[in-house]
Amino acid sequence: MSLAPKTSALGLNTYKGNWTSLHSKHLLNRTLFGAKASDIEYFKTKGLMASIDELLNVQTSALPPPLNEYNSTTFTDPNVPSGKTWVNDITTDGTINSNRRNSYKKWLISVWVGQERNIREKLSLFWSNHFGTEADTIGYGSMIYNHHQIFRNNCVGNYKQIVRLVTTDPAMLRYLNGYLNTKTAPDENYGRELQELYTVGKEGGAKYSEEDVKNAAKVLTGWRIDANFNSIFDSTRHDTTNKTFSSFYKGTTITGKTAANGALETDELLTMIFQKTELAKFICRKLYRYFVYYYIDNTIENNIITPLSNIFIANNYEIKPVLKTLLSSEHFYDTLYIGCQIKSPIDHVIAFLRQYEIIFPNSVTDYADSYFLHNYMVNQLISMGQNPVDPPNVSGWPAYYQTPDYNKLWINADTLPKRNKFTDLMIDTGYTRNRKKIIVNTIQFAKNVCANPSDPNQLIESVFSFLVSTEIAASLKASLKNQILLSGQTSDYYWTDAWNAYDSNSTTFNFNIVNTRLKSLLKYIMNLPDYQLQ
Amino acid sequence: MERRKFIRNSLALVTPTMISGNAIHVLQDHPLLNTSLLSTSNTDKVLVIVQLSGGNDGLNTVIPLSNYANYQNARTNIALPENKVLKLMGNNATGIHPSMTAFQNMFTDGKLNIVQSVGYPQPSFSHFRATDIWMSGSDSDQYLNTGWAGRFLNYEYADYPDAYPNKTNPDPIAIQIGSLSTLTCQGPAVNMALSISDPSSFYNLIEGTDAVSANTNAGYELSFIRSIAKQTNLYTVRIKQASDSVTQQVAYPNNNLAAQLKIVARLIKGGLQTKVYLVNYGGFDTHSGQVVSSDTTTGSHANLLKVLSDSIAAFQSDMTGLEIEDRVIGMTYSEFGRRIKSNASGGTDHGAAAPLFLFGKNVRGGVFGENPAIPAAATSNDNIPYQFDFRSVYNTILQNWFCVSATAEIEILLKQFPTIPLINASVCGIKDKNSVFTKETLIYNYPNPFTNMTKIEFKTNGGNTSLLLLNGEGTVIQILVEANYSFAGTNSYILYGAGLSAGVYYIRLQNVDKTSIKAIVKI
Repeated sequence: MSLAPKTSALGLNTYKGNWTSLHSKHLLNRTLFGAKASDIEYFKTKGLMASIDELLNVQTSALPPPLNEYNSTTFTDPNVPSGKTWVNDITTDGTINSNRRNSYKKWLISVWVGQERNIREKLSLFWSNHFGTEADTIGYGSMIYNHHQIFRNNCVGNYKQIVRLVTTDPAMLRYLNGYLNTKTAPDENYGRELQELYTVGKEGGAKYSEEDVKNAAKVLTGWRIDANFNSIFDSTRHDTTNKTFSSFYKGTTITGKTAANGALETDELLTMIFQKTELAKFICRKLYRYFVYYYIDNTIENNIITPLSNIFIANNYEIKPVLKTLLSSEHFYDTLYIGCQIKSPIDHVIAFLRQYEIIFPNSVTDYADSYFLHNYMVNQLISMGQNPVDPPNVSGWPAYYQTPDYNKLWINADTLPKRNKFTDLMIDTGYTRNRKKIIVNTIQFAKNVCANPSDPNQLIESVFSFLVSTEIAASLKASLKNQILLSGQTSDYYWTDAWNAYDSNSTTFNFNIVNTRLKSLLKYIMNLPDYQLQ
Repeated sequence: MERRKFIRNSLALVTPTMISGNAIHVLQDHPLLNTSLLSTSNTDKVLVIVQLSGGNDGLNTVIPLSNYANYQNARTNIALPENKVLKLMGNNATGIHPSMTAFQNMFTDGKLNIVQSVGYPQPSFSHFRATDIWMSGSDSDQYLNTGWAGRFLNYEYADYPDAYPNKTNPDPIAIQIGSLSTLTCQGPAVNMALSISDPSSFYNLIEGTDAVSANTNAGYELSFIRSIAKQTNLYTVRIKQASDSVTQQVAYPNNNLAAQLKIVARLIKGGLQTKVYLVNYGGFDTHSGQVVSSDTTTGSHANLLKVLSDSIAAFQSDMTGLEIEDRVIGMTYSEFGRRIKSNASGGTDHGAAAPLFLFGKNVRGGVFGENPAIPAAATSNDNIPYQFDFRSVYNTILQNWFCVSATAEIEILLKQFPTIPLINASVCGIKDKNSVFTKETLIYNYPNPFTNMTKIEFKTNGGNTSLLLLNGEGTVIQILVEANYSFAGTNSYILYGAGLSAGVYYIRLQNVDKTSIKAIVKI
């Protein structure tokens, strides 16, 4: 038994080994919310570098925006008709916004489930968590939508640009009180988190001072939100004094500016901060923990984090070169790291829906039923401890940063049974709304993952290699075959006959014989602790 | 920290409240915290179901000595020598396989009974379908998603699994040994049997060992998740405690079935209030080489039956030694019997009805039912027709062992099936029904064999009476009579030969709870 995390000595050199479906699946597990069997095959055929290029290319079709699906017998949105999008409507009404926040979450599930073959949604969640805002606090639906669109539109772009956009984003101004930050009553909230959580961080020798926090707050005075939910710079509220920073920032002085020029100080502040190498390392560590593994020791720091941060700086904080290097590295494909992440609830639920290719009603043409069924997934995520776009606080979810446990924090005696109950229910009875049912199609699944599902040995091998990334004991596979697929019989052809009987004559009886056994098999495998890893 | 320790340490601090959305307070008086609840004076009745996977060859298990010539003639290459067949005390008509000396002794002690020719009207010859039929208790043309024991347990524990375990029901209500749950205990909503979906399987739990994880980071994280999974199963602590509390057991033979039964014995004695245990033993699909041709009393089938008989006998003697035999019975079953006529490769193919065994102090010893009617010249298609519907056995266990009311029978078995007096009537305080069995001939026909017509005379005591015609495969092909007679007496039915191809047929009479079978031949 392994008692401690292990470190690979392999560095960032490009992986030169065989490119198999195992590698393709590993890459997709980390860059998508789970992969379909056809995705794994697609990228396996493409090869390593072409796969990464495609995954990092997020120029994709525009998403249909979230809709008013929440009108009911007791509530009607006065501004937006049913079936039309609410993202451009400005309102401060609490009830309307509450409905829109929920609508956003349901929509988000549909976006995640329907994601294309690129890193956008997985990486956008990384940035959303990195800039951990709470939808519940921001309150206004349109602001929440626009806030997360920043990440969706810039996820593989320039990090400095993302920080700039977020710094004066109305949702962030609201969330960290930037709109209340004035020369007479400076609010340090954003000035602090900008340095502690978003850029240079606290670990690894970043020693900015409390004065630096106060000065950053002064630089940022004057930003407000207008009645149309746009951010504006109000120079009458801006502190025009000079701001001199500590030796950590080499005693840099940002000269106080008047009138509209006061807003330029914000850019100067970011330029100053982005000169710190700590920033690149801080972000690279976080990316490493999200895409590879949380454990970082001196070897990782020297072999991975430092060279990766050099790439980040050399490319003027472009994100794509960093990810390209990391995701193609021999380090990334070391067997030590295959399957070592405990899935977040989002990974667990969304990957399940994608692996089994669960089909929801169309989210535009059949929006009422579609959003209703997606809401079930939102509730699942909440019960498992990851309320989408509503992390517990500004730091994001603890499982992404809390040392030493990190992703172990997702799993406890309350959440693990809920994860199992969810997969059991989706396999057994599914979930129904207006006679539209989302449920696992066991037979289609067997066909998707296995070239020859009539052979019980091949079927079990294929299902395991698709669903789990750990080594499964041959004795367990044998007993699953014998006890479930063969119902205690010793000859393989009993399963083969049953499968072929259904395949050639799909009567209810023939279907049930195959279906009940596949259900038992899949439930068993999904309940293995191994399924909780990716 | 382990969950239990955490709970204990937290009691002083945690008043009924929510922690991270989890209602911790319900755990304060959680039964797991009170080991004294493990009962030592438990009076609950327990059923142990022994599934024999593959389709046991009933004719070489329970041998129709009264019809030995036809038996021998039908399976010359595998027939057991008449003088080697073990005799049953007080019964000259029927014997058992020579390897089952342990069963012979149990029979003498009155702790074993044999139910002849158990099956159902339209037998399925598919392992899967037949297994599903037996487990679900369905008609052969009916598909049920629930198991017969699952419906019974759901009837008794309608609110399972919400808020289980609890003070009244601290234990799993059914346990499948070997960790994979089957249809038998599937209830309307969930499987009522505990299945430990942890790779450290049931045996690891009992032995207290852990599964091995790979020496990778995945292995490191996996061992963490497994430890949580173990804590999560609220029953594991009780199972381990119950198992550990039993220190003295009789010697069991060294085989997989005995190992399972040994655990069952520990758990029952250890105080679990579990009502149903399921164990499984496979390998009965003996299409070829089921005997050693030079000595047909040896070979693979003989070995299987020896394991079965020795293991159950050890279990029964353990029950006696542990002083819990009053409240434990068991039954064996297999998804079907095998063909009357053996095949050329020294084996037998999938068949229809077969005998099953009930064991325990509270079963009524004896042989129930008639020896199967074996035609003088059996063909390769001929099967043993069912005398007892398997659901009659289930219903007997429900009504005469678990004392379930007759009205509940419909809810659980979905139809009415007559009980058979297999269990001591005193258990549920019912009227003795031994009169069901009689040496009297209930069916008579002339001529036999017949060509154009034969006259069937059948005796009834009045009440519901049915007369069925089965073909040689054991499948019901025609209902000849279905009536409710006001008076006892002999009635008759003329069966015409037109439309019947030549061969063996069976007439099955059922009069309330009496059954009888007669073989007839069309030429």
